[in-house]
Amino acid sequence: MDRYATYMHKYAMLAVAALLFALGVVSSGRSAEDQAEYGLGRLATEEEIRAWNIDVVPSGDGLPAGQGTVKQGAQVFATKCAACHGPTGTEGPKDRLVGGQNTLATPKPIKTIGSYWPYATTLYDYIYRAMPFNAPQSLTPVETYSVIAWLLFQNKVIAEDAVIDAQSLPKIEMPNRNGFVPDPRPDVRAQAPDDLRGGTR
Amino acid sequence: MKEGGQNINRRAFLHQSVSLVAVGAAALAVPGVHAEESDKALDPMRVPGALPRAYGERSPFEKQTRLGGSGPGTPHGWGAMAPNNFNSLTPLQDLHGIITPSALHFERHHNGVPAIDPARHRLLVHGLVERPMIFTLKELERLPSASRIAFLECSGNTWDGWREAQDVTVQDLYGLTSTSEWNGVKLSTLLETVGVRREAKWMLAEGSDAAGLDRSVPLTDDVLNEAMICYGQNGEALRPEQGYPLRLFLPGFEGNINVKWLRRLKLGAAPFMTRWETAKYTDLLPDGKAYQFTLVMEAKSVITHPSGQQHIQPGFHEIRGLAWSGRGRVTNVEVSLDGGRTWQTARLQEPVLPKCHTRFRFPWRWNGQEAILQSRCVDETGYIQPPRQELVKERGTNSLYHYNAIQSWRVERDGQIRNLYA
Repeated sequence: MDRYATYMHKYAMLAVAALLFALGVVSSGRSAEDQAEYGLGRLATEEEIRAWNIDVVPSGDGLPAGQGTVKQGAQVFATKCAACHGPTGTEGPKDRLVGGQNTLATPKPIKTIGSYWPYATTLYDYIYRAMPFNAPQSLTPVETYSVIAWLLFQNKVIAEDAVIDAQSLPKIEMPNRNGFVPDPRPDVRAQAPDDLRGGTR
Repeated sequence: MKEGGQNINRRAFLHQSVSLVAVGAAALAVPGVHAEESDKALDPMRVPGALPRAYGERSPFEKQTRLGGSGPGTPHGWGAMAPNNFNSLTPLQDLHGIITPSALHFERHHNGVPAIDPARHRLLVHGLVERPMIFTLKELERLPSASRIAFLECSGNTWDGWREAQDVTVQDLYGLTSTSEWNGVKLSTLLETVGVRREAKWMLAEGSDAAGLDRSVPLTDDVLNEAMICYGQNGEALRPEQGYPLRLFLPGFEGNINVKWLRRLKLGAAPFMTRWETAKYTDLLPDGKAYQFTLVMEAKSVITHPSGQQHIQPGFHEIRGLAWSGRGRVTNVEVSLDGGRTWQTARLQEPVLPKCHTRFRFPWRWNGQEAILQSRCVDETGYIQPPRQELVKERGTNSLYHYNAIQSWRVERDGQIRNLYA
């Protein structure tokens, strides 16, 4: 009963808070009392958030200072990536990174950065956090921008003299930028069981 | 256990009877009555049993294991034959009921299983919130708790079905799905605590593994009502390979988005477009376009016994299988013995829970003639599990993920069972 009463109290408080919010009486969604309801967790400092906040999004938010070139990238790729992805990014044994344009609609599609990835910023997010496989988060911003430049050049997305940084990377239009559609499922309409029952196939 | 020649001594006979019992034939020996001195160790009534132990293990007679696997079309196994395993498959053919033992829950990880000290682990919730906050595991465990029995399926489960892999078991084809009781705190409890801003429509979830796996979660009503931050699995802490000490759990959603080793939730206005929701886990279609954010696992069922590579004798068999849907409850499962010409309703075994493996049963007496066994399920939305040709007609054979077609097992006259693409 006590628990029920607590719940009712909580929802009543929420309703009051929502009403106050709707009326513009308070500027934020919840009152200080609600925040203290459990008294668990603590506020994160700006410094803590900066240290953890490593994602990079299509707008470019999250990209650090620094810049990289195709030439520098060739060196980074050769020393840190080629062992798994092959000297030109096509040989493997791990994921093929280069080529494959115009194969997506064929019986043997080749999904690479150049043929499939819709956003160039994803390269920064992924390469910095997860590559090289045996030493993730070890690349400097310059190394990361450089290897991205080399990969985009190999995929004929940028020119050989392009410079990749926080301003230029989000502006790059990837070849398959419009290749994705939102989930339309259920897309397969199977016949109703009654229609199949007793029939032949 | 095989013994050559005619002169079978009693110990060998007892061994053999154990294996005979295991294949379902009549057991002829009753140990204990006239056992010789050397047989005492085999008679549990004549030797004291083992003492209690601190952490239990299954009987040494039970040998079922996960099976190592990697990409589509690659062989499954362990050791030198398969050095590049990145997943492991649940032995569905050997399980009872609906709960997968934690030690047999399938695995998929993208750069190994991290070793995390729970005392040092933290969860940061930030982005479009009023109060960015950090929680310790102990604090999360003190928050109001929640529990949910639900399946978790890799969207790559049955990916070998697209390319018609031959001579495979149900474990090979379907082993990337499992069911657990998940324990933790509701996501909504955390979001209330930090105060989500109205413009927040998506949430990045990030793991603290060596892949730093990150996925964007849409803040739909379903997600807000059902998502959990879990620290428990089947009554104890999460297994390391299931995200110890903390994971996101989104009932009915593809496995990959249930981010393990969870360290960060960031609220945002738009999807973050990580590699995992663009380059991977998108469904390529014949026209070159790809579905994106195909998060719900659609209804699916499979007969687990009898199933691929098993061998059966004529006589009674209870056809058993699992059905599940990421959209809710399974409402009906039908079984066909003739490759889909006729269908009969199977019995659903309680409990029948939403977004959960549901076991079905169907009694069958095999007469020794060729049969093609199939199952198909319907969920509470009215969605019907499609025949293979309908699925392929819509999506081709290159979409890699989300294969949920009706499965066919052919029982040949000699009792051998093989998978079939009907």
